[in-house]
Amino acid sequence: MEAKDQKVLNEILESHDYNQTAVIAILQDIQKVYRYLPEEMLCYIAKKLHLSEAKVYGVATFYENFSLEPKGKYIIKICDGTACHVRQSTAILQEIRSLLGVTAEKPTTEDMMFTVETVSCLGACGLAPVCTVNDVVHAAMTPEKARELIKELKDKEVVRKVAADED
Amino acid sequence: MRINTRDELEIRRKEYAASLKTQKKQILICAGTGCVAGGSLNIYARMQEILMERGVRCSLVLEREPHGDSVGLKKSGCHGFCEMGPLLRIEPAGFLYVRVKVEDCEEIIEESIVNDHVIERLVYHDQQGKAYEKQDDIPFYKQQTRVALEDCGRINAESIKEYIAVGGYHAVAKALFDMTPQQIVDEISEASLRGRGGGGFPTGRKWAQVLAQKEEEKYIVCNGDEGDPGAFMDRSMMEGDPHRVIEGMLIAGIATGAHYGYIYVRAEYPLAVERLQTAINKAIEKGLLGKNILNSGFDFDLKISQGAGAFVCGEGSALTASIEGNRGMPRVKPPRTVEKGLFEKPTVLNNVETYCNVPPIINKGAKWYKTIGPDKNHGTKAFALTGNVMNTGLIEVPMGTPLRKVIFDIGGGVKGGGFKAVQIGGPSGGCLCINPTEDHLDLHLDFDSLKKVGAMIGSGGLVVMNDKSCMVEVARFFMNFTQNESCGKCIPCREGTKRMLELLNDICEGRGTMQHITLLEELAETISATALCGLGKTAASPVVSTMKYFREEYLAHVVEKKCPSGQCKALVTLKIDPKLCKGCSKCAKVCPVGAISGEIKKPFTIDTKKCIKCGACKEGCNFHAIKEV
Repeated sequence: MEAKDQKVLNEILESHDYNQTAVIAILQDIQKVYRYLPEEMLCYIAKKLHLSEAKVYGVATFYENFSLEPKGKYIIKICDGTACHVRQSTAILQEIRSLLGVTAEKPTTEDMMFTVETVSCLGACGLAPVCTVNDVVHAAMTPEKARELIKELKDKEVVRKVAADED
Repeated sequence: MRINTRDELEIRRKEYAASLKTQKKQILICAGTGCVAGGSLNIYARMQEILMERGVRCSLVLEREPHGDSVGLKKSGCHGFCEMGPLLRIEPAGFLYVRVKVEDCEEIIEESIVNDHVIERLVYHDQQGKAYEKQDDIPFYKQQTRVALEDCGRINAESIKEYIAVGGYHAVAKALFDMTPQQIVDEISEASLRGRGGGGFPTGRKWAQVLAQKEEEKYIVCNGDEGDPGAFMDRSMMEGDPHRVIEGMLIAGIATGAHYGYIYVRAEYPLAVERLQTAINKAIEKGLLGKNILNSGFDFDLKISQGAGAFVCGEGSALTASIEGNRGMPRVKPPRTVEKGLFEKPTVLNNVETYCNVPPIINKGAKWYKTIGPDKNHGTKAFALTGNVMNTGLIEVPMGTPLRKVIFDIGGGVKGGGFKAVQIGGPSGGCLCINPTEDHLDLHLDFDSLKKVGAMIGSGGLVVMNDKSCMVEVARFFMNFTQNESCGKCIPCREGTKRMLELLNDICEGRGTMQHITLLEELAETISATALCGLGKTAASPVVSTMKYFREEYLAHVVEKKCPSGQCKALVTLKIDPKLCKGCSKCAKVCPVGAISGEIKKPFTIDTKKCIKCGACKEGCNFHAIKEV
C-alpha cells in the first residue's frame, strides 16, 4: 500500500478514535474514497484496530453495501422493492443491463464506467419505479427514460474526455 | 445560544413563535426524498432568486429580532402526497400546488404572494376534474388524523427554532420537572402505546422493564432500519421532523434512566442521516442534548449509527450487534434486549414512529391519546400507500380505519385495473383481498384485527395490487427477497427459504406439480416453527397467505400450466392471429432467435419450440396481430 493511501486510512481511523465498534463506519468511509474495499486495506485496519483479519473480513462481506471488487464511476441502482416491482421495474433493469452489456454476475462495464445493481427498496415508493445514479434519484422510470439517462451519462463522459485530450 | 433553564425554553418559544408570526406568508416547499427527486430544491433556489430580485423581504431562517414583516421560504418535510410532487404550500391561505415546475415560480410569487389569488391550474384536480384550492379540503388529506406526522411538512425540517416555536421540547421539560420516571412510564402504559415497528409490543411495558434494571449503564436505541420494501414512513419522519424523534428518545431516556442513545439508520436514507445529524448538532448547541439538560442534572448523548445494507438488522438483536460493529445476526433470546441489549446493557429499542408518538402523549396526556382508535389499539398509524393506487403517498389514520376507506377514499382507488389484493406488512406480512368467502375491504386496520386474518401491520407498507398482478409471482418476489436477505445463521431460514424459492420458481416457470404445493406447505410450517428470529419465523407468510386466498391461481399454474394474469412469461405462448397478420415480416426481423417465419403478404407463424417469449414481436407489430395465450 502506498504512503498516501496509508495517510488516508490513518485519517479515517483517527476520526473514529480507533474505536473497534466503529468498524462499519470506518469501512464506509474507506469505500467513499476508493469506491470499494481493497483487501490490503482491510488487513491494515484490522491491525490498527487490534481486530483479527477474519473479523474485519466477516463484517465487510456480511453487508450488502460493501464491495470487495472495484466499482464503476457511475453506480446505477435499480430499485426492485415491492412498489417498484408491481410497477414493472424488471423491464428497466433489463433495458439498462442490455444497453451496457452487463449481467448480474458481471455488474461492471470493462471501462470501469458503470456498475449496475439492484436494491431492495430505496423508500421512494411514491415515485415508483425508481433508480439512482450515485445516490441521485430518478423517478417514474420507463425503458425509454432509461435509454435517455444512459445516453446522457455516456455523452457527458465523451465531452469530458475530449476536454481532457485538448488540455 | 444555549437554553439553560425551563423558563428560558418558554421565553425562547414565545420569541420564536412571534418571529414566525411576522412571516405574513410562508412558502413551504416539500423537501422529502420524493419531491427532491422531482426537482423541488431547484424550485426553492428559484423562489429565493425571484424574491430577492423583486426586493421582497424573505426570511430563510427565524430571526430573533425580526425587522418587520416578511415572506418565509422554507424546505419542509414530506407533505405525503408523493404522487403529485413536487408539492408547494402557501400559508396561511392553505393553498396546495401540485406538480410545480421551476417555470411556475414567477407566477406563484406574483399571484399568490404579492396578491392573494389562487392559481387554478396548479391546484389538485380529482379524477372528475374537480379542483381543490386548499390542502385540507383534498380527500387525500381530509380523512387523515395526524399525530406522529403532525408537524411534518408544516415546519422547516432543518430548523430547531421552528420546532420549538410550535411547542417542541416542551414534553421534555415536562418529563424532567413535573414527572417522575415511574409517572412517565405509567402515562405511556396508560395510553396503551404499542410498538409501531410491526410487533405491537406495549411500549410502556418495555420501558418499565428497563426502568426496573439495576444496571447503571442503559441505552436508548431507535430503529430506523426501515427495510421492508414498500415502506417509507420512518424515512419521512426522520427527514421531515427529526427533532420529534430526538425528543421521543430523550423522554425514553428520562423515563428509564439511560444517558446514551443511538439512532440506527439504513444506508439507503442519506437525506435522513443528514437531517438527523443537523438536528442533533443544533440540539447540542441549544443544550437540549448533552450535559445537564435545562439545568435538571440529566445528561443525554445521542449518536447516529449507519447501517450498511442488511435487512435482518431491523431485528432487535441483529441491530444491536451491528451498532457494536459486528455482523448483524440475531441471537437466541432470552436474555431479551431489555435485560442485555446494546453492549450487553439494558436497552429500550423502539421504532421511529413509536418515539414520534411519545411527545404528544406526554404533552396532552394518555386520556387524550385514548380518544383515538379502538381499545388496546389506541392512536394512529402511518402507512405508505404504494403500488397500483391512484394517490401514492404517506398517510396517517386512526388505528382501526377500514381498509376500504384507505384505498378508495384516501388512495383514490386502484390504478390500471380492478382491485385484487393489498400486501401489508412487507415480507413478513400477508395479503388482504376480496373473494367469495372473504371480504377484507371492511377489515379494520389495527394490530388485533389483522392478526386474526393471518396478516400483520408490520411497519406500515400497503402495496395495492390490481387484477393484472399474479399472486404466485408476488409470493415468489417476497421469497426471493427473504432468501437474499437471510443472514444464514439458522438452517430453517437459510436452507428453507432457498428450497421454497426453488419450488416457486418451478411453479412460475411451468415445471410445477401438485407435489410442489404440498412441499411448500410443509416447508412453510417447518420454517415458522423452527427459525431463530422473527424474520425467519414469518418468512413464509406471503406464501401461506397467497396460497390461502388465491389457491386457484396456484392450481392454474400447476395443473393447467397457465398464468391467469399473464405475468409469468414462461407460461405464456405467443401466437400470431392469421386474420390480423398482413405478412409484413417485421416480427420475423425483430425476433432475436429466428423463431418466426412465413411468406411475405401471408400470415406468419411462430415456432413455439424456438420462441423465448421475449415479446419483441408483439411490441413491434403494427397490426396487434400477436397475442399472448
